[in-house]
Amino acid sequence: MTTLNPEMSATINSTSHEHHHMPPRGMMRWLKTTNHKDIGTLYLWFSFIMFLIGGCMAMLIRVELFEPGKVILDPNLFNQMTTVHGLIMVFGAVMPAFTGLANWLIPLMIGAPDMALPRMNNWSFWILPFAFSILLSTLFMPGGGPNFGWTFYAPLSTHYSSDSTALFVFSIHIMGISSIMGAMNVIVTIFNLRAPGMKWMNLPLFVWTWLITAFLLIAVMPVLAGVVTMVLTDKFFGTSFFDAAGGGDPVMFQHIFWFFGHPEVYIMILPAFGIISSIIPAFSRKKLFGYSSMVYATVSIAVLSFIVWGHHMFTTGMPLFSELFFMYCTMIIAVPTGVKVFNWVATMWRGSLSFEPPMLFAIAFVILFTIGGFSGLMLAITPADFQYHNTYFVVAHFHYVLVTGAVFAIMAAAYYWLPKWTGHMYSFKLANWHFWCSVISVNVLFFPMHFLGLAGMPRRIPDYALQFANLNKIVSLGGFAFGLSQLLFFALVIKCIRGGESAPAKPWDGAEGLEWTLPSPPPYHSFTTPPEVE
Amino acid sequence: MTKAPMSNNKKLMIYLVCGCIGMFGFGFALVPLYNVMCKQLGINGHSSNLPEKYKRELVVDKSRNIRVEFVTQIHPGLPYDFGAITKEVTVHPGELAHAQFYAKNNSNHLIVSQAIPSISPGQGTLYFHKTECFCFTQQPLKPQTKADLPVVFFIDPALPKEIHTITLSYTLYDVTKAVLAVHPEVAKQIES
Repeated sequence: MTTLNPEMSATINSTSHEHHHMPPRGMMRWLKTTNHKDIGTLYLWFSFIMFLIGGCMAMLIRVELFEPGKVILDPNLFNQMTTVHGLIMVFGAVMPAFTGLANWLIPLMIGAPDMALPRMNNWSFWILPFAFSILLSTLFMPGGGPNFGWTFYAPLSTHYSSDSTALFVFSIHIMGISSIMGAMNVIVTIFNLRAPGMKWMNLPLFVWTWLITAFLLIAVMPVLAGVVTMVLTDKFFGTSFFDAAGGGDPVMFQHIFWFFGHPEVYIMILPAFGIISSIIPAFSRKKLFGYSSMVYATVSIAVLSFIVWGHHMFTTGMPLFSELFFMYCTMIIAVPTGVKVFNWVATMWRGSLSFEPPMLFAIAFVILFTIGGFSGLMLAITPADFQYHNTYFVVAHFHYVLVTGAVFAIMAAAYYWLPKWTGHMYSFKLANWHFWCSVISVNVLFFPMHFLGLAGMPRRIPDYALQFANLNKIVSLGGFAFGLSQLLFFALVIKCIRGGESAPAKPWDGAEGLEWTLPSPPPYHSFTTPPEVE
Repeated sequence: MTKAPMSNNKKLMIYLVCGCIGMFGFGFALVPLYNVMCKQLGINGHSSNLPEKYKRELVVDKSRNIRVEFVTQIHPGLPYDFGAITKEVTVHPGELAHAQFYAKNNSNHLIVSQAIPSISPGQGTLYFHKTECFCFTQQPLKPQTKADLPVVFFIDPALPKEIHTITLSYTLYDVTKAVLAVHPEVAKQIES
């Protein structure tokens, strides 16, 4: 037994070495990777590229709206830009960014060696580039791409759409499958791979909010797949789900779509709540105020999100009873959301605050997201909504919750965990420039839209009446400034990856969580033996 | 890693996949669910395409005046003129009233059309009864001919108090292809 064949022991050594060593180099590393850190990085880069592509479309829209009359875009192309901008930002930028953060952080936060289903993880990322290539390619086809708004209301998407609608439907299917696989992975990981001793009510809030988001995804993405399938068969296979001539009902489209659509907006904000709940305590040097109320608030927001979809449809002529029901249910959501905002403010109260870039973005999030929440409350009031419906007020509202809400939270997360991911500190000076440019320009961009909407400017129209010209010019200038500011972020991230002052394991003295017990950057395989949690 | 978590993973995945398939099915189940609910509650304005008998024992409520307006739409692509001759009438709930519409085929071939009624506000649907209507049947119309289309209706006196105006809207659809699929012999009529 003692005389082992030397050749054999060499092979044993080399194979076991390969398992623990750095990954193979080149393209194949990224194509075949099952490592949660690699996949998280892929997701984050993908989402940033999509953010820039969707952002370019937004720039074109703002150029067109810079002055009344036609500036550069034909109306049909303008409609394609608003549609694809929405689709790209929702399904290509915000959702993959959160999935990327989940991939990077959840295993590190719960002390797991990797995601529970690494092979599926690889698939769920790599089908995304195909989905978006298909979607973007439709823009170059005869008849153009989707031009019916990201909500693809029937009969716009069935009767009046171009033939490329089939490709739009398939790309939505693929995006849906990708997010469902990502969500399943998150759930299985959190259920089965928590470090020994980590109880449910000890989970970091980012993990909690993502768990609830994942359940929302599993509940509603299949409904989205169903409704796009109905659009496909109505358009190409002669069914009449939404065609009144065949006994269908176009309003039913809206019911099914918004049954998906409303939980979807919480899918895009709950993980942001988790991020902010990690960052604010770290830079207030206090424990999060009201941890358990945060968990319950998240759960109740998720449950309520299923019974409020009708507030998108107040003007469809629904009965008074339904209008009141959806109005009150919507307003009830303000309670758990208010609990959250209160808890963040209470966490900062008498904390020893410091204002590093992640904290700046987190504070901006709390203030600006709350403004978006308030305009949401205004929209929830049925009689008021009859005036606001389909105006720029709605555009202002959802950009406040999605840009200064979700996107700012993603930026905050990037600034918070970037030293952990790359092992380098980034330039605070550049980050502060990025923050102040963004936060000023984003308000110049979106705040005047409230007034435009209240004055009656309709959304999704490439032209407008002369009295809206001045405000639109301001909005467009804000838009260009906001778009350019994001290039600072791009430069900062590249610089940080390339080098810089090396980051300690825990660069923020108030930070808490298992991820900070690992060196920066963490080894390729971390927590191969689970850590003990007291 | 021990083997235990793998089997846990599998079990959980089975639940999750079943949940997904269930929700996909639920999306489609919403279609009949929606139709049944709207029909029972009469809330989406889908007016019946079946005749109803006038109940002679109904008490006419002379204290209320209900304005009934008539609007028409043509499904895009149908070469028709279609309109209401009677633009509006004011009726007491419980009394029989009638309205007149017209349609003209502007094409050079026979077209079979079907009118689909819709009531606004939706809550009035259950109380609006048609005893005679051109929408009960499919209407073949020869090239370049005009037809008068009558509607006879009454409003149930139980109509909710807050409703003062009811709009009856007809959309005319081309169903020639569908009719041909069932009755190919009609094709000869069209050619002749």
